[in-house]
Order: sequence, then C-alpha cells, then structure tokens
Amino acid sequence: MTAPAVAEHALVVEDLRTHFTVPAGDVKAVDGVSFTLDRGKTLGVVGESGSGKTVLARSIMGLSIASNSTTTGSVLYEGKELVGMAPKEMKHLWGTDMAMVFQDPMTSLNPVVKVGRQLTEHVRAHLGVSKGDARSLGVELLRTVHIPEAEERFDVYPHEMSGGMRQRVCIAMALACGPEVLFADEPTTALDVTVQHQILNLLNTQQRDRNMAMILVTHDLGVVAGRADEIAVMYAGKIVEKAPATTLFNEMHHPYTQALLWSIPKTSQPKHTRLSAIAGRPPDLVNPPSGCSFSPRCPYARPICHQEEPVLTAGVGDDHIYACHHPVGSPGAQEAFDKNLEEGLPQTLIAAGRIRATEDIPTDWKR
Amino acid sequence: MAGSGRAHLRPSDETLLRVEDLVVEFPVGGGRVVHAVSGISFDVAKGETIGLVGESGCGKSTTGRAILQLPKPTSGAVNLNDQDLTSVGAEKMRALRTDVQMIFQDPISSLNPRRAVGEIVAEPLHVWGPAEKDAQWEKVAKMLDAVGIDPDVARYKFPHEFSGGQCQRISIARALVLEPELIICDEPVSALDVSVQAQILNLLEDLKVEYGLTLVFIAHDLAVVKNISDRVAVMYLGKMCEISESDELYAQPAHPYTRLLLESLPVPDPKIKLDTSVSDAAELPSPINPPSGCRFRTRCPSADKICADIEPIMRRINDDHYVACHYPLVPLEEMSVGLS
Repeated sequence: MTAPAVAEHALVVEDLRTHFTVPAGDVKAVDGVSFTLDRGKTLGVVGESGSGKTVLARSIMGLSIASNSTTTGSVLYEGKELVGMAPKEMKHLWGTDMAMVFQDPMTSLNPVVKVGRQLTEHVRAHLGVSKGDARSLGVELLRTVHIPEAEERFDVYPHEMSGGMRQRVCIAMALACGPEVLFADEPTTALDVTVQHQILNLLNTQQRDRNMAMILVTHDLGVVAGRADEIAVMYAGKIVEKAPATTLFNEMHHPYTQALLWSIPKTSQPKHTRLSAIAGRPPDLVNPPSGCSFSPRCPYARPICHQEEPVLTAGVGDDHIYACHHPVGSPGAQEAFDKNLEEGLPQTLIAAGRIRATEDIPTDWKR
Repeated sequence: MAGSGRAHLRPSDETLLRVEDLVVEFPVGGGRVVHAVSGISFDVAKGETIGLVGESGCGKSTTGRAILQLPKPTSGAVNLNDQDLTSVGAEKMRALRTDVQMIFQDPISSLNPRRAVGEIVAEPLHVWGPAEKDAQWEKVAKMLDAVGIDPDVARYKFPHEFSGGQCQRISIARALVLEPELIICDEPVSALDVSVQAQILNLLEDLKVEYGLTLVFIAHDLAVVKNISDRVAVMYLGKMCEISESDELYAQPAHPYTRLLLESLPVPDPKIKLDTSVSDAAELPSPINPPSGCRFRTRCPSADKICADIEPIMRRINDDHYVACHYPLVPLEEMSVGLS
C-alpha cells in the first residue's frame, strides 16, 4: 500500500486506464485519466456518448467487471488502493463508502420488489439493523428526498411511482449508508426538465448537508454549470480540459470544449440562429487517430496535431489544465485557423459556416 | 389551457394545416378513459415551423400522430389544405398521407434492420413513385445526397452500419422522397448527442428552405424548440397553455407553466444564479381523472378558486401571443379582457 492520501482528498485517481479486449483489438474506453477529488466537492464529467465518462465512473467504483476488461493505474480512497482490489473486499466499500445513482430510474429498480425493501436491503446487510429500525430509517430517507406520504410509499412497487419519484428512491438508496463519495451517472437524462431541476437541486443539497464528494457525469454542459465546483471534459477516453467551473466557462482553451458549448442551442439566442455543429463523429477507440484524438474534427488542427499527442498543461492558474497545441484564445490558434481556411480544410470551412457539417469528413482530402 | 378556445387561430386561407378542438381519448377498461388530448386547436401557415413543447404525458406526440389519423382522433377537425382529414375515407387518406410525412424519435428502430438503405428510402416510391427502378434510384440518390449521405456508399449498406445521426438523416431522406408539404417531427433529436443534434437541426432548416417544407416540431427541450420554431405552443396534460411567436414566448412567458419550464431549463452559464430550493415531488395529475377547471392548477403558484371552477380560454396578449390563464403574467390586451 502506498502512502495514505492527504485527509482532504476523497479520491486520488492516477493514470487510470480501462481497456476492453474485442476481436478488433483493445477498446481504450478510459485511457490515462488522473484527478483528485476533495471532500464535499463536486466534479462534473462532461463528454459525448462514447467518450468514456460512464466507464470512468464505473472503473473507479470497481464496477467494470466485464470479463474482457482490464483496469490499470491507481485509485486511492482513504489510503486504500482500489484498482485490483478483490470484489469480496470491494463489497464492503459499496454503499457505505461509495454509491452510485444510475441513469435510468425505470430499470435500476427491481419491478417485483417493494420500494421499501429495496431501499433498506443494503442498510440491513451493511449496518446490521433490525427490520423495524430499517423501516423507520427507510421512511426517514424517503422524507429526506422529499417524497410525500413517505410512510405509505414505503410499501408500493416501483411501477406505482413516476420516473422522478423513482429517481428520488434511487438517490435515497445511494444515500442510505452515508457514503463519502457519490457517483451520479447521467441521473437526469431520462427525466423531464422540471423534474431534472428538482433532482439536481436535491443532489446538491444532500451533498452539502452530508459533506459528500460527488462525481456528476453528464453530456449536458448546462447541467454542470453552477452545480459542479470543477469540470472535466472528456474526449476519446482522456480528459482534454479541466478547470474550476467558472474558469472553464469564462476562458475555455480546448477547441472541443468550445465546440461542445457552441453546438448547444440557447434560449438567449433569437430563433433560427444557425448552430455551429461539430464536423465528423467521435473517433474509433480501437484505433484512435494519431496525435491529438480531436484533430480530425478540429478546425485549428495543423500538421503537428496529427503527429504529436499534446499533454495536459497548466494555463494561467494551476488548476486549469488542457491538452492542446493551439489552445483557443492564443495567437497560435487564430493563425492555425486562418491558414486552414486558406488551405480549405473541411472542418475549418464548416466552423466558418462556409459548408454544411456532416458526419463524414472527406478522408481523401490532402493538405 | 390549460384551457380551450380558438381565439388564436388565423383565417383559414392563410394556413396550410388547421387543427380544431382535437380530442384523442383512449379507453383503458372499466369504463375509464385516458384523456390524452382534450381540445387542442392550432394552425400552421405554409413554410412555417410550429413547435409543440411540454413534459412527457402532455399529449404532444399524440397530437402529432392524430394529424396523420394514427389513430383517428375521437373528435375535432384536422384541415390540410381545406380538406378535413377526419372525414375522408381510408383510401383517400392513404393518398393524402403522401403530403404529410413523419420523422420519429429513435432513428435506429425506425429503420428496418433487414433492408438496405437504398430500399428503405425507395419504399414510398414503390407505392407512389415512378415504376422504373432507375428513375426511383435517381430520386433516392438525390434525397440521400441532400441529407449529407453518400448515395453510392449507402445504397447496399444496412442501418446497423450507420451511427444514430446518420440513421436520422436516412429517416429524413425517406420522409422527403415523396416531396411532402408537411413533416411531423416527433422528438427527432432527443436521442442524439449535442454535436450531432446541431447538425440535424441545421439540416432541417436548410431542407425547409430548399423544399418549401412546413414542420410540426415536437420536442421536450425548450432551447431546441426555440431554435427551430417560428411559433411555439406549450401543452400541459392534453391542453394548450400558451401559443406565441417564439422569441416573444421566451422573453415574456405569460403562463405560469411556461415560466416554470423556462426556469427549470439548465443553462450552460455558471454566472446565472440557480434557484436551488428543493420541493416535494410534484406528481403529474392522472390523465384518466384530470383536475377540474385549469388542469395546471394543482401545481400552479397563483391558482385560486376560479381556477378550479372555470376552465380558462385562450385570450389575446397581442397579435401573435395568446394565453389560457386566469392570472397571466403579462397583461392581456384590453379588448379581449372585455370579451371574456
């Protein structure tokens, strides 16, 4: 065992890699991710589907247990190394130290078991409380997550509840044993906006009250803005930019972060505002592009981007890191953009609004 | 309305589609009935895009399907080019459906997995189009090209060989191949990533201009709806709350429900102060037994007795903005207050 982590760190993740072996080769779903998460803080993990954000959360918790997966690197939790820990030992951490709220509240509850029993099953197993005590604890938990008539709701089946209520039950379940770290994997993607707002508020208040650390995984930059302390943007299994939330939105440096933000329609824009779509589609994780993995879609990509993989470096503040040869806002980026425009690079023409974006960037295009 | 009324309809000679007092009910046994859509009226001018928004279960998809008579509405009228679709015979309806096409939410399951893309897009032409294979392919190729899919590459490929965004493009090509006047888009971008969503929204805007299309755009994402729509109708539990030109609706919501939706929207800007209060789980009332009067009153902060007793009707705020509420957040035009 390595030296114990400093007390204020809830999690220290270093060079975490999770690869899945498939006939075509290795799918590098998480490929060298490092970060530290402090107690009581929220880390927002943002990326498109296939960027590795869910696998990252599952790898940290030791839940990516497919027979073809291998996880390497290091995850330190209270001085314990979690990578390589046997599931038998890991079992004692699940629920009591780390818990997860999943995306789909419809399928993450057992349809034939009453809500109350599902809610208290692990409380009884981990904390060894009696059936009667578990019931009063369960009802109390349902009240915590603002479910009206908690006493009666304890004895209903999941199908008797709406999607939002079921997600509240899932949150109550995750909170039941008082975890130190809560993983929320797209907790509101399947819900309506009004319910989403409530669920996110609930997660935030619970986190504050319990001084929990939280990892909030989402594809929506809007969900993490104002709710996460720090935001990590993932692309092709790697963190490409990480910064405190306000810094990230004020001065984003990675072209992918910028493209992601610009492609979202906003209510502050007038109707029929043309959206700046990102050309192309996420890379093949078995054979990722050489150099920077975003380079085939990046309007700022120059030859160096296709050859050398940029490393994560700190910007003005130490807490803002990004991996890019031509960070947005630097003179180099403008120069690269202008040169690409002159040379007619398809994704630059798309970014400049000269041609229509599709998922197929011409591959026979030569600089 | 969460009320009814037709004050917001325009003269019928200005509109392509006019839906009046549309009611769709589904019997669920035991004499009970789900009131999915209860008296919706709206119209769409040629070349216009109307957005239908609301939470799940508000009847927006049912409204879209009822326009196509899938299933036939319980009552009400759907006028397309001054022809009432609810009263035409089955054979006539079949022919009229060439003018109205639909794009569905899940791009992958809406394409037959066992058929090649060339065949999928050509299918409507087997029924209605030119009989010669070459002429069919020419049309199919043109449409695939218009949606940004290389026709020669895609022709003999199957849907599983394409990504979600590409499958949605193929669905759009299939909907376009008969050159319809009206396309009903039922949550066409909800299943897509933001980057691909932007591509599809831009594509729909381009095609709309190119082919002179009129769109009914159904979605739950208010930002997406604003981006694409000329007018937006907000629905709640089978009723219409508010209909307005889209920029105005977002700047000045008049119905408390519209305001609630807008306030809940996650905005990608950390400078905006969030309302972080946690309230009890609000249940959407059952559409089997909806609340009396205004259907939104059980969740409305300004509801009082009149809201339970009298169903509000559509009233005018200005030329392009109507609301069905007893206590609108924006003052009504004086004349219409007198009338109501």
